Amino acid sequence: MEKGIIQLTGIGKSFKVAERTAGLRQAAKALFVRKHRIVEALKDISFTVNEGEIVGYIGPNGAGKSTTIKVMSGILVPDGGTCSIMGYTPWKERTDYVRHIGVVFGQRSQLWWDVPVIDSFELLRDIYRIPDEMYRENLAVLTEMLALADLLGVPVRQLSLGQRMRCEIAASLLHSPKILFLDEPTIGLDAVSKLAVRSFIRRINQERGVTVILTTHDMSDIEALADRILMIGKGTLLYDGSLEELRSRFGTGRTITADYREYVGEPVDIPGATRLQWSTERAVYSFDTESVVLADVIAQLSGSVELLDISVDSKDIDEMIVQLYEEHQI
Amino acid sequence: MRAYVSIWRLRFINGMQYRAAALAGMATQLFFGFVFIMIFAAFYRSGGGDSTAFPLQDLITYVWLQQIFLSLIMLWIRDNEIFAMVTSGNIAYELCRPMGLYPFWFSKLLAQRVAGAVLRCFPITTVVFLLPEPYGLSAPPSWTALLLFVVSLLLGLILVVAISMLIYISVFWTMSPTGSMLMISVAGEFLAGMVIPVPLMPEWLQRITYALPFRWTTDFPFRVYSGHIPQQEALIGIGVQFGWIAALAAFGMWLMRKALRNVVVQGG
Repeated sequence: MEKGIIQLTGIGKSFKVAERTAGLRQAAKALFVRKHRIVEALKDISFTVNEGEIVGYIGPNGAGKSTTIKVMSGILVPDGGTCSIMGYTPWKERTDYVRHIGVVFGQRSQLWWDVPVIDSFELLRDIYRIPDEMYRENLAVLTEMLALADLLGVPVRQLSLGQRMRCEIAASLLHSPKILFLDEPTIGLDAVSKLAVRSFIRRINQERGVTVILTTHDMSDIEALADRILMIGKGTLLYDGSLEELRSRFGTGRTITADYREYVGEPVDIPGATRLQWSTERAVYSFDTESVVLADVIAQLSGSVELLDISVDSKDIDEMIVQLYEEHQI
Repeated sequence: MRAYVSIWRLRFINGMQYRAAALAGMATQLFFGFVFIMIFAAFYRSGGGDSTAFPLQDLITYVWLQQIFLSLIMLWIRDNEIFAMVTSGNIAYELCRPMGLYPFWFSKLLAQRVAGAVLRCFPITTVVFLLPEPYGLSAPPSWTALLLFVVSLLLGLILVVAISMLIYISVFWTMSPTGSMLMISVAGEFLAGMVIPVPLMPEWLQRITYALPFRWTTDFPFRVYSGHIPQQEALIGIGVQFGWIAALAAFGMWLMRKALRNVVVQGG
């Protein structure tokens, strides 16, 4: 079997959390006696990622997504389990390993706040010891792909969130990493910036073969990018597979909307499908692909009316995720 | 190496952004220099000082050097960015860099101090050299004294950063710099002779300061400058500075490794 570029086996990580109930009295009490609770952020997480994949890592807040990213990028030391990424154990060979990865934490900034973006880039060039030629080339490509030309001379504090995020992503790619970890790269971005970031991720994946792991709450990110989904909830891996698989598991329900030339006859009944709407120009049916084939539905419709347009919608991915959450009671 | 040079460069650029702060700082330092000197001069005139053990001229030089190199050797100069990084969890990014965190922070702190000092020290030096007797800064007695001073000052700078690194590392456990900063800087400043010059302290207190690292960061180089510490003794002192730097850096690196093993990145 081919070994993946990233291999996690049985990774576990727990945190000690100090807690107390609200109020002054409790606060005073906590000065002397502290109550601690052990939170298991990750329980026995195992998965393999192959080179060139884009993997969407999803789960509700606090499920352990960021913790996994931090373990994989060498920042946190797990309590147990093994992790091998490009042959390195991230937390043991941190300084050698991080040279090969790029990381973006959507909620943090790696750029120096007070100085122009280009100064931060040059610092990164020196920290990663990027050869001049490679730096120039990468900078040119990133500037073009992410439309940074006008931003490079501006102090970071004067950039908008979307502009900053584009710079952050560029900053993580200056050293041509083989793997890119993106922790909520589209958080807080408007639609235009989101699209720009997405198409960029696609492009570097295709053109440079960069393996991408991204966490997000935005299901449209996943839909647009991920070949594969890993879903985590309460520290355990709940689902590992393609989006299509997930669709076929939950999303067998379809709705079909048909527009046709004015038709004054009786409403058309289709066996196995439920008629939701009917007018003289438009009808909406819902059906399950397990009990009736889409082609039959269309055939029956076109047998009775003169179809002008037809659209088929599957269940919203957001709904599927909620259903998955419910199934695992998280 | 290039990475460290680059960190320095960026620090300088960063420091240059705050010209008004540098100007205000200079004015403050000149003001404090005058106040201290007037107090000590009055003290000596009234017969309180021992002018054979520590002549007034040496003392005035001592005070001015403190003010000129304030941002180089004061323990309380701090980089809030590093504290914020640990407490907010932004340290995540620092840990994704192919550099050891200890040398990375060390060079950041060094650069911050040097950048601060370079902006201020030339104008202040010029002003205090031009001041009339007895308030002015006197020149060192010999070129050798000057050379020894430069070496001991630079070692003092490295030593003060090595001490402050321990404060930064402690934040991994305490999550707040206020306590450790206040404790170490008040005690450290006093024991470094920044409040009362070490030669004016009673004998027993002087002994204590000699046994601790703090006085080697300030008191020692300043007295080498005025020739109050003779050359032979200065050379031995430089050896002691090296010893402290090696010991504190080794301890700091060990502590950092321990901290990073249990690091908790705050917030999501």
